[in-house]
Amino acid sequence: MGASASTAPGGRSALERSPASRLPDQLLKWGLTTLAALILALLAYFFIRLIGQSQGAFSHFGVSFVLGNDWDPSRSIYHGAALLVGTLITSAIALLIGVPVAISTAIFLTELCPRRIRGPMTTLVDLLAAVPSVVYGLWGVYVLIPKLLPAEKWFASTFSFIPFLGGGTPTGPNYFIAGLILAIMILPIVSAISREVLATVPSEHKEAALALGATRWEMIRIAVIPYARPGITGGAMLGLGRAIGETIAVLLVIGNAPVIGHTIFSQGYSLAAVIANEFGEAAANPLHSSALFAAGLVLFVLTLFINILARRYISRGQRGKRGKGGTGVTLADAPTTAAEQV
Amino acid sequence: MTPPDTDTQAEPKEQSQMSSAGGSPAEQADEAPNLAEMGVREGAGHAINVKGLHAYYGNTHAVKGIDITFPANEVTAIIGPSGCGKSTMVRCINRMHEEIPGARAEGSVSLDDLDIYGSGIDVTSVRRMIGMVFQKPNPFPTMSIFDNVAAGLRLTGTKSDNLRERVHKSLRAVGLWGEVKSRLNEPGIGLSGGQQQRLCIARTVAVEPEVILMDEPCSALDPIATLRVEELIDELKSRYTIVIVTHNMQQAARVADSTVFMLDGEVVEHAPTNDIFTHPKDERTERYVTGKFG
Amino acid sequence: MSDIGIAAISPARRRKDRLMRGMLIGGTVIALIPLVLIIYYLLLKGLGSLTGSFFTSDPTGSFFGPPGGIRSAIFGTLEIVALASLISIPIGIGVALYLTEYGNESTFANVVRYFVDVMTGVPSIVFGLFIYIVLVLSGIGGSFTGWKGSIAISLLMLPIVVRSAEVVLLLVPGALREAALALGAPRWRVVTRVVLPTALPGLITGSLLAIARGMGETAPLLFTVATANALTFNLGSQMNTLPTQIFQDITSPRNAIVSRAWGAALTLVAIILILNLIARAIARRSRLA
Repeated sequence: MGASASTAPGGRSALERSPASRLPDQLLKWGLTTLAALILALLAYFFIRLIGQSQGAFSHFGVSFVLGNDWDPSRSIYHGAALLVGTLITSAIALLIGVPVAISTAIFLTELCPRRIRGPMTTLVDLLAAVPSVVYGLWGVYVLIPKLLPAEKWFASTFSFIPFLGGGTPTGPNYFIAGLILAIMILPIVSAISREVLATVPSEHKEAALALGATRWEMIRIAVIPYARPGITGGAMLGLGRAIGETIAVLLVIGNAPVIGHTIFSQGYSLAAVIANEFGEAAANPLHSSALFAAGLVLFVLTLFINILARRYISRGQRGKRGKGGTGVTLADAPTTAAEQV
Repeated sequence: MTPPDTDTQAEPKEQSQMSSAGGSPAEQADEAPNLAEMGVREGAGHAINVKGLHAYYGNTHAVKGIDITFPANEVTAIIGPSGCGKSTMVRCINRMHEEIPGARAEGSVSLDDLDIYGSGIDVTSVRRMIGMVFQKPNPFPTMSIFDNVAAGLRLTGTKSDNLRERVHKSLRAVGLWGEVKSRLNEPGIGLSGGQQQRLCIARTVAVEPEVILMDEPCSALDPIATLRVEELIDELKSRYTIVIVTHNMQQAARVADSTVFMLDGEVVEHAPTNDIFTHPKDERTERYVTGKFG
Repeated sequence: MSDIGIAAISPARRRKDRLMRGMLIGGTVIALIPLVLIIYYLLLKGLGSLTGSFFTSDPTGSFFGPPGGIRSAIFGTLEIVALASLISIPIGIGVALYLTEYGNESTFANVVRYFVDVMTGVPSIVFGLFIYIVLVLSGIGGSFTGWKGSIAISLLMLPIVVRSAEVVLLLVPGALREAALALGAPRWRVVTRVVLPTALPGLITGSLLAIARGMGETAPLLFTVATANALTFNLGSQMNTLPTQIFQDITSPRNAIVSRAWGAALTLVAIILILNLIARAIARRSRLA
């Protein structure tokens, strides 16, 4: 340890630290450990309380809460199938539109983009995450909805023979617009995770493909994508989780009609939207409040489940790039932390 | 010395048609490059001529003016200390060098009379004609043994019956057939290191290149696996021109017909292997092969 | 060299290669279109509102007459997010320090890491609900207050801070720590004198990004802070914030108020973008080796 060989006061050898000087270390260690433990305890506590508040609705309606389709506060009936279906429809649209685009950007940025513009381009894609949900909603209401309505009407009438996609009369807010905005909102996170995963593809496999005479695309197709597939799937699932939980933007453009819309251009509702929308009027009504909390619980469990599943896929796609349990790509590698990736 | 897997004896004769890429023309969805038209001589093996080759990594001058001929159907070894540019030079031959960002090459490299750096030459065709085996065995991890060998063939659109036949042929040619014939659908990375490397070689020869480049192919393998690969090289040279980069001088002595000694991006000496090791002409060669620096 | 024809590769393969590359580029361009459009419309519809009085007057909340500006909203956001930052940033860095310096690969640390990670995926509205149940319903310290909103926002910011801080702290070379320890420094000194200062730029970056994220959230505030019109510095009362102000204004039938929403949105996005760009600039300039 130190160079000095003198004995410390009190006759201890110089190699022994006094209990007092060990104190800050102990304090720090135990303080931080307690902090971490407290966070976990807090989460558990919140979860339990949420369950508590939802009890009313679940005991009253049982499984009809999610399976029945009749959400009518005026008659105190809260069967929320329409909410669940609306959530799933809009999220599905978001995935169908957003994931391919996000993966394209990720592949482009990692494999094809000239190095000099890679940084700025990546920043641009990530900046989509910086736009707040309420601004997406504002833009959706006053720009997207009016501008897309003519096209929607054309589409619905031209393809009226296709169930769900065509037919009916599009009005302003609908599933499609909500799904489209969600697609834009999940783009940065899916892209960021995909980029991280694509970067872990060992160059030796890419070289092997090129050395066989593969074109650039063929190399990507046979050496890069198969390797990155699990991780990218995980990224898409994270996008799904984000889409499911998105509240404000959806609330503003989905129409908030507690029905299961017949077409993609019909109005609908979602779990997150109903909570924010009816929160005010439910405050005085215990059953209504409980129903909203129950919706929140369903939402929470759904996103929890999807995120845990996503994490498994992503770490499967890591294949020992980092040590066990170390900081490989994780859920939080969303564009909010993308600054380190710049 | 006969290799342990005895099926290989029947095959070599079938491989002698080298000018077109095997199979009837109707079956080839992809063109076999019409080599004669391109100045690549038919029937015989193919030589590589390097003239005035310079290679750069950004501003670093790694290969400084190299002229070599790698004779057809011979094994030429390239030896030299780390950083002398041997891998770089070899990667210029199948134009892999330019894949590195900021890297470039100047000069000419010809397959017989075809300048592979010529304008209008498609780089992917070059790489199909000049195959490469890498230092670390790199079978595609998500593919089965069969799919690995078939990978290059699928790129050129080889149809399935022809494909199966050629995959089996390749596996026999590298002496893997006996060991894997009952598990062709298992993952390629499930094999041992030595087997993986032979799998990679099978993958390379499946597309029937003219030349095979090997960049320290045995340095990640144990001695027994190394020996098997060296035996394989000896067999393959009747069909291909082989260039092997190695830091192991005993290996060069074992497999190579002629050897090139490189130092600092330049060729110091190029001679039949025996001569390089027993009476090298250049003093630097002598110091290297006797281990005075390495 | 000699006069040689083009070495053939199937034109179909060439075409496919070009097509796919084109599609990948196309996908990237498509991804950028919304960004361009949003910024365009924000400027188009919002710039006009940005007059002096916009920033110096509070919303009047009255249905007729002048709608007023967004001063209380801006200050409310700043106050609430400031408090949220004061809570989440030290705690977040603390948890990250625990994970990197003391917990490492222990089971407990991995559990913490796992759940912090999972926390990132929790919708912000759920955090709002949590705080609503625990703090608002129970009536602790008043019903809707600014500080409760801060707590909800800090829950949201926490995983972002922890995660980015952990990444940065891990980038501090182990050799640096070892050198300090080998000189006889106690661990806490190594942390405060060596690790934290080295990681500081990265920690700042992560914090700024978390703050930017916190500023844009609406849903949690709806359940915890409700809203108000007047400017207040009392975090124990209801307050106005930019996101809730915008949210309320969107559905107004009055054009003037909708314009205010655009102006407020432009302001909010501008602040967030600036925070983002500063964060990235810091990250770029001081890269840990």
